[in-house]
Amino acid sequence: MSEPSRDHTHDPQQARGMTAGGPCAPCLRRAALLRLVAGRIDVARKRRHPIRDVLALSDDDLLAAVGGDEAGELRRQLDELSLFDLLASASDGELEVVCRHGAGYPARLNDDNSAPAALFVRGGRGPRDGGLARLARLVGDARSDDQPAAVAIVGTRRASPEGLEIARALGQGLASVGVTVVSGMALGVDSAAHAGALEAGGPTVAVLAGGADVAYPRSKARLYDAIVASGGAIVSEMPPRFAAFKWNFPARNRIIAALAPVTIVIEAAERSGSLITAEFALELGRDVGAVPGPVTSWRSDGTNALLRDGATLIRHPRDVLDLIFGVEHAEQVARRAAAQSKPAPLDTPDELLALLSAIDDGRDTIDSLTPDAAGAAAVRAGLMELELRGLIRRTPGGRVLRTARAEW
Amino acid sequence: MLAHVTTFAIQGVESRRVTVEVDLRPGLPTFTIVGLADRAVREARERVRSAILNSGFEFPARRITVNLAPAALRKEGPGFDLAIACGVLAAGGQLPAERLERVAVFGELALGGELRRGRGVLAVAEGTLAAGLRGLILPCAHAAEAALVDELGVLGAADLAEVAAILRGETDGSPPSPDGGAVPVPSGRPRDLADVRGHGGPLRALSVAAAGGHNLLLSGPPGTGKTMLAQRLPSILPPLSRAEAIEVTRIQSVAGRRPGSGLVTERPFRAPHHTISASGLVGGGSSPQPGEATLAHHGVLFLDELAEFARSALEALRQPLEDGRVAIVRGQRTAVYPTRFMLVASTNPCPCGYAGTPRCRCGEGDVARYRRRLSGPLLDRMDLLVDVQRPTPADFSAGPLCRSEQERERVVAARERQAVRLAGTGAACNAHLDAALVRRHVALDKRGAAVLRLAYDRGTLSPRGHDRVLRVARTIADLDGHETVSADHLLEALGLRQDVTASSAEDVA
Repeated sequence: MSEPSRDHTHDPQQARGMTAGGPCAPCLRRAALLRLVAGRIDVARKRRHPIRDVLALSDDDLLAAVGGDEAGELRRQLDELSLFDLLASASDGELEVVCRHGAGYPARLNDDNSAPAALFVRGGRGPRDGGLARLARLVGDARSDDQPAAVAIVGTRRASPEGLEIARALGQGLASVGVTVVSGMALGVDSAAHAGALEAGGPTVAVLAGGADVAYPRSKARLYDAIVASGGAIVSEMPPRFAAFKWNFPARNRIIAALAPVTIVIEAAERSGSLITAEFALELGRDVGAVPGPVTSWRSDGTNALLRDGATLIRHPRDVLDLIFGVEHAEQVARRAAAQSKPAPLDTPDELLALLSAIDDGRDTIDSLTPDAAGAAAVRAGLMELELRGLIRRTPGGRVLRTARAEW
Repeated sequence: MLAHVTTFAIQGVESRRVTVEVDLRPGLPTFTIVGLADRAVREARERVRSAILNSGFEFPARRITVNLAPAALRKEGPGFDLAIACGVLAAGGQLPAERLERVAVFGELALGGELRRGRGVLAVAEGTLAAGLRGLILPCAHAAEAALVDELGVLGAADLAEVAAILRGETDGSPPSPDGGAVPVPSGRPRDLADVRGHGGPLRALSVAAAGGHNLLLSGPPGTGKTMLAQRLPSILPPLSRAEAIEVTRIQSVAGRRPGSGLVTERPFRAPHHTISASGLVGGGSSPQPGEATLAHHGVLFLDELAEFARSALEALRQPLEDGRVAIVRGQRTAVYPTRFMLVASTNPCPCGYAGTPRCRCGEGDVARYRRRLSGPLLDRMDLLVDVQRPTPADFSAGPLCRSEQERERVVAARERQAVRLAGTGAACNAHLDAALVRRHVALDKRGAAVLRLAYDRGTLSPRGHDRVLRVARTIADLDGHETVSADHLLEALGLRQDVTASSAEDVA
């Protein structure tokens, strides 16, 4: 397998119309190639080739590998594609484009030999708040000496209420001290981590498998808008409006793992996408942390396996800070955060405290907290008050859950 | 010779007067029935002929023409048999015609002349009185039911011979016996909340639902007691008033679903299976029949496993829920059925049913997809959501948490407070408060207002849920005997709110 050529000559004809400092033609061509052969990659990958090996192939090798007899025809189609149209459709989708030779390309991605040739980034409007400016602030670029602190948080789409709560708390706690939360905006853990970061007003980066101008999954359209509105960035290696194939998801995971120096896994089954992300992170020499779970639950099979294999055990945001900054520096960050955090919540009346301690004892439903039918009214009102105070959360099954608080 | 006999056809849950005209002419013997009669009516010829002969009368060997007027009204069923037989006998001079003109007759004939039980007798009896007639001759099995209509002379007869005797003035018929010779009502022990163990939360919610007439959604794993709880809701609803009881009796009589006769005293509880069609639920068919929504009138309609019902069936429930009645139009006929019921539905919290427990394998997406299958407009009408959990062994060994009798007293008191407050507004209970009435009648105290604002700001409460929560808070205050809605009432109402999303973490975003 040969490395894609990193030095290339600008073809003046193809580069015409592209501004200086913009993405170079071969990199754009690579993005167009991926779009062209996306379906074929899924078919060719039936034999479970690691996606990073596939994406590390040069354009020619990739064409030959997935094109077979039709490689020549595919190449002809690719040559006929207008890169200018590609750029135009990106700007239609309010996306900015950077290639790996550009100054705005995240430096961390260069650790990966299969790193995307071009990135399409959705951010705000204007040069100072565009996608690339935001991305540089959030995860750094080639120009910055100091790379901003970032953490990737991933986990199962079928998360438990507890898992969602931990994801939210980690996202919130880390974002509140200025650590960028990177994730994939998938259902479950990913979205909860983004949402937690947004709660803290902290920007967050979502890496999508499909086009960065499309909110996928569709049910997360509100989250997508909130990320853009709060100064975050949406990133994809695929061209605008691209609808993801299967291989795009593990491919997206390699970008998530590369963008952050630390990857945290919350709830993952064995042989899951989240574990693939953790594996990529290890291959890139990144730190991997995992939140432990009950050994009886399929949701913790993956994370517990990671812990056994040496991943760092994560209980709360502070554990992640230790991993990112080292214990000593983390201490300072945490102290600063504690000083800036909101004043202690309102005094909690004794009845509510009693209710809380009953919940901690495992009586986490209205029925189990209710001594008699008349008492149900007071219990329900009390639980609602605790919910409004942000101390508990209701889960779909009607159980209540203590909210995880960032402790500094 | 011409004879006129008055009888009634059932349309919707009302009766329409039908005049049976019988004309005997010389000529070849024929027997013709005209006047939009269905097959069952046309077959009356054979039943009438045999019944007349077997009752010791002569069947006139003439050209017999029977007209059912008004001719434009479609007539169905065998209820015209007796009227036709009486008309034939009167036209032939075998019965005194003048007495026949002062009463209505209604009933199906057996070949031997006996009178069979039929449908819709109460509606017929009411129609008789409204038509200004003095008496109603009908099968004696139905005499008790017809006797529910005051001031009506009820003349029950066992067979055609006894009808003839009544018309000749020889007897007043069999007196209406209390059970009317009917199948006795199965007298199972009434369902009582005292049968329930544990379930403190759901029990309280049942009281709130009953007190305000709120529709209720029970959510919980299979086998936890959702159906058992729903079945006991009628036991804490206020007793049927006489007018309501008559309505319920009339509906059940029209639908032919009455094991006994006499007045229905228990609120109906209907639990149709989820394979039911839209017309089964709201009524319909080529000759319109009342649906489950109508059979549940003044009672409870329970939809178990709401997500399994056909979408079309649930959508059809919207008008009945909104208007309290449903109009079924078939060709040129319109049947209007009353449908004022409390809706109780049950659902699993997620596809596997075990959401919130470690056993659950469903993800956020699965739960969201499952909830999307519940009809949105229908969910909009559910004021309360209650999670039902599996009772613990300790619950089973403990005594009942409450009894229906006491709860019903509290519910009745709460309903009375609402009736006073809402007099003249057209709303009967808090569930029917519209936005304007909510503003006028739901006064929050200062802390309550602060809680409401907090819930709204935190995104706990959606704009759509806003009025719904206030309505429920009003009911809770009524249940506790308070005129002002306090923070505790509001907090409990918020705890019963329905719009809980799968991932509340995301709500904040």
